[in-house]
Amino acid sequence: MSASTMTGEARIAEAFARTSKRAALMPYLMAGYPTLEESVRIGEACVQAGADLIELGVPYSDPLADGPVIHAAGTRALAAGANMAGVLEVARALAGSVPVVLMCYANMVFAPGVEAFVERLARTGACGLIVPDLPLGEAPEVGEACAKHGMALVGLVAPTTTPERLAAIGKSTRGFLYTVSVVGTTGERETLKERFSEIVSRAKASTEVPVAVGFGIGTPEQARQAAEAGADGVIVGTRLVRAAGESEDPAGAVGAVVAELAAGLAPTDQRSAS
Amino acid sequence: MPALAELEEAWTAARGDPSYRKELDELLRDFGGRPTPCYRARRLSERAGRPVYLKREDLNHTGSHKLNNALGQALLAKRMGKQRIIAETGAGQHGVATATVCALLGMECVVYMGVEDTRRQQPNVQRMELLGATVTPVDAGARTLKEATSAAIRDWVTNVQSTHYVIGSVVGPAPYPALVRDLQRVIGDEARAQLLEREGRLPARVVACVGGGSNAIGTFTAFLADEQVELVGVEAGGEGIETTRHGAPLTVGGRAGILHGSRSAVMQDEEGQIVQAHSISAGLDYPGAGPQHAFLRDSGRARYVAVTDGEALAAFREVARLEGIIPALETAHALAWVLAQPQGELDLVCLSGRGDKDLAEVLALS
Repeated sequence: MSASTMTGEARIAEAFARTSKRAALMPYLMAGYPTLEESVRIGEACVQAGADLIELGVPYSDPLADGPVIHAAGTRALAAGANMAGVLEVARALAGSVPVVLMCYANMVFAPGVEAFVERLARTGACGLIVPDLPLGEAPEVGEACAKHGMALVGLVAPTTTPERLAAIGKSTRGFLYTVSVVGTTGERETLKERFSEIVSRAKASTEVPVAVGFGIGTPEQARQAAEAGADGVIVGTRLVRAAGESEDPAGAVGAVVAELAAGLAPTDQRSAS
Repeated sequence: MPALAELEEAWTAARGDPSYRKELDELLRDFGGRPTPCYRARRLSERAGRPVYLKREDLNHTGSHKLNNALGQALLAKRMGKQRIIAETGAGQHGVATATVCALLGMECVVYMGVEDTRRQQPNVQRMELLGATVTPVDAGARTLKEATSAAIRDWVTNVQSTHYVIGSVVGPAPYPALVRDLQRVIGDEARAQLLEREGRLPARVVACVGGGSNAIGTFTAFLADEQVELVGVEAGGEGIETTRHGAPLTVGGRAGILHGSRSAVMQDEEGQIVQAHSISAGLDYPGAGPQHAFLRDSGRARYVAVTDGEALAAFREVARLEGIIPALETAHALAWVLAQPQGELDLVCLSGRGDKDLAEVLALS
């Protein structure tokens, strides 16, 4: 089946299933940072370097779930004139190569009306939607609109999520389960490993879709540890946004970091051969 | 989410626990100075041509109504076994109240405050530091209350096991708006009884300023069932509600939005970006308002109006000379609206705080 005839949900499932790496690699990038054009180039560089899916952030005035690096990038993107039309063009430009999952705060989903928002997003070819500040059960119309348009509404769980909620979110999530691994200060490798394995096994027991681990993963070692702990996917955000901000050549810099992360996720025989 | 559920459970238990209530009431009385007077303002009444009563929250310890909430929440945090307290602050009154309570109870205190507000409310920064709190300037966005609130929420999410977030207004995710209302309703409960005793009747109108809206909810709640009592919330008109530079989402109306975990009146653009508020008063410089206010507006039980920076400044000066009371710039909005009303029978105004903190800012403008 060609990408255009598959639902977004099916494309996400395929991307997880067919990756040659130990876990699918999902870079996060902020649409419009540093500019809309450059963010498309960054996305293309991610694909070139081995991204299996892309999480595309919508710049927002009050991104409560994001740390200072991504917040500042969003503020810069907005100051540079990024708006929803521009963000959707970025999604459209990348959606032909890999499944794109949009990460968008709830107020922007509700502003134009949920159905109108999801329909417009679906038309770009994007496959999924993450609404980090929308708790499960608060607005069933978002899930209904996504289902109608074949979009995956991806649920988030954190280490603090109670077993009851974990079960409910694991059941209702579509595409994958976004599993937040809040890693505080950089700890011992063993500690981190144990933490991943606990978080991942808990998440996997709750759901039938792939489990992708994100928040706080910045190095190839951490990505590999998450994969070794059983994660089906690894999401890297802040590290890449920082790389984009620190370089004269944002796409090149992000591509290089993604390539390292991809190498970290390569099966052992491939890594030793390279 | 689990933290909110835990908080709701703890609050439900505390609220019904006589020992919690007793400790809080004793501290409100002996440490805070409650009940605060409900004063028939002599010259203000003369000027208005009708009795105007001022509920003197400015005489509460630390100079505003904020202590009522900070004390209640800090005692709650102790019950929950949390030793670290964080808070956001705009004008600095909530930060000072929280820092004060943490000193009293021997708790660690971190206060988030926008860089712009640390500049215009410098005396309150110094007070908080003297009281042993750490003031963390927030250098994001417009660097005011909205960003300070976001920074506090992020801290809480990261350190939720050790930390209680003492939110300062009737905003944020449930159960905060209800929790803060419960702790602030003492204002209206006292005032209602005091007025009945003094005047033998209820006020015709109850007026309070609204930023997030805690002093207003605290005053209104006691009168909700008294249908003949008109409830008026006064928002920051800034440079005028016909401009974009104001802090009056309830007055202006428009689409509801989601900010800091609740759905209410929010200043936002077409795409849902939250826009910056503007007010001369740091405590009203917030693009949202508590969800209970949106409900009272939509149900028709309360109405919301706006007063500009200039009108509030004029009332600030006028009330100082008329009554020998320097009101907070926030409160001056409510007073300005009352002074501008030719009609009325008996007004009750929540004098939510004292204005010493605003002197430098006001004098710099003259």
